[in-house]
Amino acid sequence: MKPFAIDRTNGLCAALFIAFGAFFAAQSLGLEIGTAFRMGPGYFPLALAVVLILLGIVILVQAVRFESEPIGHIAWRGMLFILPAPIFFGLTVRGLGFIPSIFLTALIASFASGRMKPLTALVLSAGLTLFAFLVFSYALGLPFRRFGPWLPS
Amino acid sequence: MELLDNLALGFSTATSLTNLGFCLIGVLLGTLIGVLPGIGATATIAMLLPITFQIGDPVSSLIMLAGIYYGAQYGGSTTAILINMPGESSSAVTAIDGYQMAKNGRAGAALAIAAIGSFFAGTVSTFLVAVFAPPLTAIALEFGAAEYFSLMIVGLVSSVALAHGSIVKALAMVVLGLLLGIVGTDIYTGTPRFTLGITEYADGLNFVAVAVGVFGVAEILRNLENEHERSVLIRKVSGLMPTREDFRRMAAPIVRGTIIGSALGILPGGGAILAAFASYTVEKRVSKNRGEFGKGAIEGVAGPESANNAGAQTSFIPMLTLGIPANPVMALMIGAMIIQGIVPGPNVATEQPALFWGIIASMWIGNLMLIVLNLPLIGLWVKLLTIPYYVLFPIIMAFCSIGVYSVSTNVFDLYAVAFFGVLGYVLTKLRCEPAPLLLGFVLGPLLEENLRRAMILSRGDPSTFVTRPISAGLLFIALAVLVIVFLPAVKKKREEVFVEEN
Repeated sequence: MKPFAIDRTNGLCAALFIAFGAFFAAQSLGLEIGTAFRMGPGYFPLALAVVLILLGIVILVQAVRFESEPIGHIAWRGMLFILPAPIFFGLTVRGLGFIPSIFLTALIASFASGRMKPLTALVLSAGLTLFAFLVFSYALGLPFRRFGPWLPS
Repeated sequence: MELLDNLALGFSTATSLTNLGFCLIGVLLGTLIGVLPGIGATATIAMLLPITFQIGDPVSSLIMLAGIYYGAQYGGSTTAILINMPGESSSAVTAIDGYQMAKNGRAGAALAIAAIGSFFAGTVSTFLVAVFAPPLTAIALEFGAAEYFSLMIVGLVSSVALAHGSIVKALAMVVLGLLLGIVGTDIYTGTPRFTLGITEYADGLNFVAVAVGVFGVAEILRNLENEHERSVLIRKVSGLMPTREDFRRMAAPIVRGTIIGSALGILPGGGAILAAFASYTVEKRVSKNRGEFGKGAIEGVAGPESANNAGAQTSFIPMLTLGIPANPVMALMIGAMIIQGIVPGPNVATEQPALFWGIIASMWIGNLMLIVLNLPLIGLWVKLLTIPYYVLFPIIMAFCSIGVYSVSTNVFDLYAVAFFGVLGYVLTKLRCEPAPLLLGFVLGPLLEENLRRAMILSRGDPSTFVTRPISAGLLFIALAVLVIVFLPAVKKKREEVFVEEN
């Protein structure tokens, strides 16, 4: 065992918590802190942010002591296709309208798996769009525009 | 008899045709999603939550949500038994002997035992909720800001104690959750906080978006890490009815499991998981067939399944009476109540008796529906297990997107889903349990509000928290829990329990 091995998992974890703590602390300092009697909007978050940084430091100290734990496989492809799906839906649901937007959202998410074939993805997305239209737009009557202003009418 | 009157009100609410319908849809949808491998009860509820908001009536919507919860739990046990893939840590125990029973060709009996045990436990614990909820509500009405603050501290500390892995990490997750929870406009001064100038976040981060991201999206990403074929052991389940011998062997474990589960479920912080483990340990100790454990012992399925379900039910007690969630699912229920315009807490029982007792009664009805419907439908659930995962998650992503957007037609909520999806995934990769984060998120604003109010009432004297007896008692409990989990002996035992689970 090396004397100063920093466990990657815990090291990253500590860094993440400290970064979050620093962000909230910095933002809180820009707000009115107030006194313990009349707390301003910054009082409680500043206190929490300091605690978070301290906990992060404790995790960092522990990371030095323990042996490394492997992080394991990371779903890069999954992240690349799954995460843009809701963002794409958010960007286009008003412009393209509900129906084209949900079709493309499902299509994007389909490619997160290496096993998906293009034709299956198309059929699946089309079926899904039909179902979503029937359930959400038609039956539940959600007030979404089915086709948006970006499309030529 | 006030209790009977109350239960009568509850049953008349829950058995109205609409509510029965929503309960049924909830149970079916819950089982449907819960049976999909790798998706636990919390993720299932987070995904289906937006659908329940489309129902105008809060009573129906919460009844449906509760139905989804029981359904998802039942679905989790089904996957645990049939493919050794527990969706939720509380059914991990069921997988030990349940899967072995399935391998021995007794899958049908294992499923039936799980259902019968759950139903019995559900019946008893529903009654317990009805008995214990009103007196607790009466106590809670005496609570001031200081007591509420201390009570929430107890809840948060217990959730830390029952989380997997490092306690320090769980504490950090709670604090991060609290901070994320207070993003938005400060209620006292109207100052926007931590919104990065985005006015769409002035009302705070959307609870549904956070839950769907941290539990739903993160779970999908985790499942995409290693895509391997699932081997479905059983294509056809036969021999559902347990034999007379099975009934004889499962009776005592079910009763013991129910008692253990009911007691532990009330503990804030996820007592149901603990209950399943405790029950398994007890059954292993007292059983005459000790050698069968791990090789398909009926007791090893009956006990933990009953305990698990009883715990799930009694965890409604702190949620309904105090507005304090005992586990992430209850945090979701509280979030749902807030969105429906109901302030969770002791006033719910007096101000909304139909809602309060309707939910309690619907628990029992939901359990009844599960046993009546699911045993005949088991063939359908088994078929669902064979759907390849890559077909499922585009569907899940599409529905999550629609659902989150429909809550308040705010596209920024969808960006939050992606952000919390990454955050949830990264944190799980770094061995941080997401449950304490969600509890912190729900409690953050309440905690701050009560802290500030208590400090104003005491004119800035923090000793108010220890001079008021109830508050002092609660803080003492929180401190005791924290000290206990850090004791070396307990720490070691705790690690053993969670290692065994994995």
